[in-house]
Amino acid sequence: MMSTGKTARVNLIGLSKTDYNGGASTLCQGCGHNSIANQIIQVAYELNIQPHQMIKLSGIGCSSKSPAYFLGRSHGFNSLHGRMPSIATGALMANHTLNAIGVSGDGDTASIGMGQFKHMMRRNVRMVYIVENNGVYGLTKGQFSATADEGQELKYAGSNELPPIDICMEAIMAGCGFVARSFSGDAKQVRELLKAALSHRGTAVLDIISPCVAFNNHDSSTKSYTYGKDHEEQLHDIGWVAPQEEIVIDEYAPGEMKVVEMHDGSHLQLRKLDEDYDPTSKMGALHRLLWAQEKQEFITGLIYYDGERHNLAEASHLPATGLANLPEAKLRPSADSLQKIMSSLM
Amino acid sequence: MGVINLAPDETAVAHQNVAGERPSIVNDFSIVAATANGTGSQTANMAILRALFKMGIPVNGKNIFPSNIQGLPTWYHIRVSHEGYVARRHTSELLIAFNPATVDQDIQMLPPGGVCIYNEDWRTVPQRNDITTYGIPVNQFIRDTGFKGKQKDYVANMVYVGAVAQLLGIPLQKIEDALDYHFNGRRKLIDANMAIVRDAFEWTAENIQKKDPYTVAEMNATAGQLMITGNEAGALGSIFGGVSFVAWYPITPSTSLVDGLNDYLPQLRRDPETGEKTYAVVQSEDELAAIGMLLGAGWAGARAMTATSGPGISLMSEFAGLGYFAEIPAVIWDIQRVGPSTGLPTRTGQGDVLSTYYLGHGDTKNVILLPATVGECFTFGTTSFDLAETLQTPVFVLSDLDLGMNNWMTEPFAYPTEPLKRGKVLTAEEVQQKGFARYKDVDGDGIGYRTLPGNEHPLGAWFARGTGHNEKAVYSEKSEDWVQNMARLQHKFDTARQLVPAPVVDHNDAANIGIIAYGSTKFAIDEARDRLAADGLATSFLRLRALPVNETVAEFVAQHDRVYVIELNRDGQVHNILQTEMPELATKLISLAHLDGMPLTARWVVEAILNREEK
Ligand SMILES: Cc1ncc(C[n+]2csc(CCOP(=O)(O)OP(=O)(O)O)c2C)c(N)n1
Ligand code: SF4
Ligand SMILES: [Mg+2]
Repeated sequence: MMSTGKTARVNLIGLSKTDYNGGASTLCQGCGHNSIANQIIQVAYELNIQPHQMIKLSGIGCSSKSPAYFLGRSHGFNSLHGRMPSIATGALMANHTLNAIGVSGDGDTASIGMGQFKHMMRRNVRMVYIVENNGVYGLTKGQFSATADEGQELKYAGSNELPPIDICMEAIMAGCGFVARSFSGDAKQVRELLKAALSHRGTAVLDIISPCVAFNNHDSSTKSYTYGKDHEEQLHDIGWVAPQEEIVIDEYAPGEMKVVEMHDGSHLQLRKLDEDYDPTSKMGALHRLLWAQEKQEFITGLIYYDGERHNLAEASHLPATGLANLPEAKLRPSADSLQKIMSSLM
Repeated sequence: MGVINLAPDETAVAHQNVAGERPSIVNDFSIVAATANGTGSQTANMAILRALFKMGIPVNGKNIFPSNIQGLPTWYHIRVSHEGYVARRHTSELLIAFNPATVDQDIQMLPPGGVCIYNEDWRTVPQRNDITTYGIPVNQFIRDTGFKGKQKDYVANMVYVGAVAQLLGIPLQKIEDALDYHFNGRRKLIDANMAIVRDAFEWTAENIQKKDPYTVAEMNATAGQLMITGNEAGALGSIFGGVSFVAWYPITPSTSLVDGLNDYLPQLRRDPETGEKTYAVVQSEDELAAIGMLLGAGWAGARAMTATSGPGISLMSEFAGLGYFAEIPAVIWDIQRVGPSTGLPTRTGQGDVLSTYYLGHGDTKNVILLPATVGECFTFGTTSFDLAETLQTPVFVLSDLDLGMNNWMTEPFAYPTEPLKRGKVLTAEEVQQKGFARYKDVDGDGIGYRTLPGNEHPLGAWFARGTGHNEKAVYSEKSEDWVQNMARLQHKFDTARQLVPAPVVDHNDAANIGIIAYGSTKFAIDEARDRLAADGLATSFLRLRALPVNETVAEFVAQHDRVYVIELNRDGQVHNILQTEMPELATKLISLAHLDGMPLTARWVVEAILNREEK
């Protein structure tokens, strides 16, 4: 750690916030993706995450560039357009002891990568999968993505005649057990959801509306800042409590709060704004999403939660040590066993 | 060159029979069993093949099957050769005509003096007066067993096993041994099948007067050997090579390699007490995801592999380039079939070499291993991982349907003598001592040092990317960085030339001409060279076992007047690559490329070379 004369503020594992920084961002000033990267840095610091125990992965796009801008001490893999799920699946099967954050875009996930996205949900690979959703292809300069609103106008792309794909609905349908939506301008909610997502045992999808200031920031677009601010409807007020800390229920009026216990013992406190909303009901979640789509609103918060499914590593009966770290003696069977097979083939 | 007999293998011996003399022809002929797919004929054919093998006679079986689950015609070829030749032959002297749909053409394929064993219950069987025919009343046996429906076909197939055993002189005990192997000692199945075989065996003895010369006699040429398919051998080799992650998508003819992994991994790599596995197998959603998973796993430090065929290779193209450029180890087996597109999915070929060599856009070039035998399929299981991790790059293993799916005799596989070569991977302590720049050519071999995720050193992480980067893996669009990095990758490829399995060279001082080939065409070429030598034409043979090539190949070419590059594709793909690699010798290289979906024959090789030599 750098010594600056004054003692730098450090977290429980002795790292300062700058230890979680990445390279300088090359994204546009004001791009929603930048604020998400900043929240990742903040959360990793607050959660005392060991950078070397984290991997960060992405596809291709402006959004997918951002892993270079956070957690510079973590291994990263900026892969191919739409193919981050396969890279992540392989990496996390090779070493399931690692934590992982994936960053994708709406083009990366909902168009070219839809197949891999859905199959990753189905396999329930343990990672946080963030979609920085701006309704356009930023990096290729403003074409519509599959999440763009029907009837939306864009300067270069004209008018979009096709209905949008809802990433949260797709995730739920594919079996994802942690589906949340947020808005890049809502730093607090993004942080709370990120923390909860990081303690989820399977794939956790965060669909974060992240306005593209260059190509999609018209007030009329549901992915613009102004629309986001005006039309966001929070399902819950969220609080996340680390496993070490005690849950203080007093802050919330009884009856208004639901506590979701995560597998690592941490708790997610949902303060119910929407009286009868229950994030553990798949039908309810889909219904609520369809309802919001009809109203051209977007709901934020933890939309669906199911912590019961085995993740892929568990289902594969992997040993405590990651496959990548097994010694030769575990990887190569004995000469005797080869001998036996040879005799059995004679 | 003197006068050369163009096709010495085919009919010379059989002709003698027509003349009336009937000297026995022992252990030197071929059998073809014509049946319909999905009737269980595979058990019958394997019983005959393995019984012959257990008699100590060199054999090889080739399944010529349709892309279909049930109903379309299938031919199973068994070559019996006391000289030990295992290549396909054009002609089979013994036809088991058990498929009414193809019997007309099957009988026409017989050479004069050939033998046809057919189902007598069919009303019409084409007549030829220059062959011997034996009718077997199959329905009678079926009635006796009481089997119904689909099982009847199965029974019918076991009937021909009994008849063939009687006619050729295969002891029943050997058939029983073969069935014992096939059914893994399950007594009920063995007995049920043997009952039919025995009935047919006895019926044939009593009712058929043998008029043909083909017989078998026990030898001692297969002692200590076993029979296995290339795909099973590759699976075993990969397991003893320490595979820890497999991602795959089913496709003929590669599926049986993964089946082999799924059969043996639980036996060899699962803790019987805890149930914990030291491997994982993921059936991915497509081949594109499969190679993506390999690169993720290889990057994280696992020994990752897949098996696929041409269409899957095409899908892997973009990732192959990423693997090459980000320098991630992975092993990809391509069991080649015939195509573009779906092509002939159940036929064999060597048509993916050129596209795989350059798989990926930009300046991608890949390391390729070319096994020819089941033994090499086994050893390359380890070699491929060692090379992938040493060179930090995807390594492709190009086998083919004939090698991969058919049964071949082999010596038992030897246990690897060297430890796994895990390549240049730095621990946190080593990062501390030596420093770390991912793509820096520290040792002058073009191969940098890598770290794995989980490395605790604060400077131990690096960022894998397909975008331009400098030595520290940091994004760079600078021309110098680009040029330098690509030059290093080229240098690494040159390092690979000396690390990949060297060609096998049989140099003949008397030879003016050389042959270069690779993969399973070896067997036809070995046989063809014997015949050419017997006729006075000496040849040398260089068998490539990998790409890129090294100077051995250029030396070989320089030593001969002409070098024939023989391969199973239309365009002479390796001929192309060699001409590019050694432009100064390009005019000496003559392409003999041929692809009809069938394994190569010695006859084709002999004719093709002589045709050129006579020009
Ligand atoms: C195979 C392939 N096709 C096309 C591209 C070009 N491309 C790069 S980024 C991109 C779209 C990115 O959109 P999105 O994922 O929404 O990310 P954003 O830039 O909006 O954050 C496209 C089409 C590519 N890199 N690879
Ligand atoms: S183009 Fe849009 S998405 Fe890309 S960096 Fe700029 S604002 Fe962000
Ligand atoms: Mg986008």
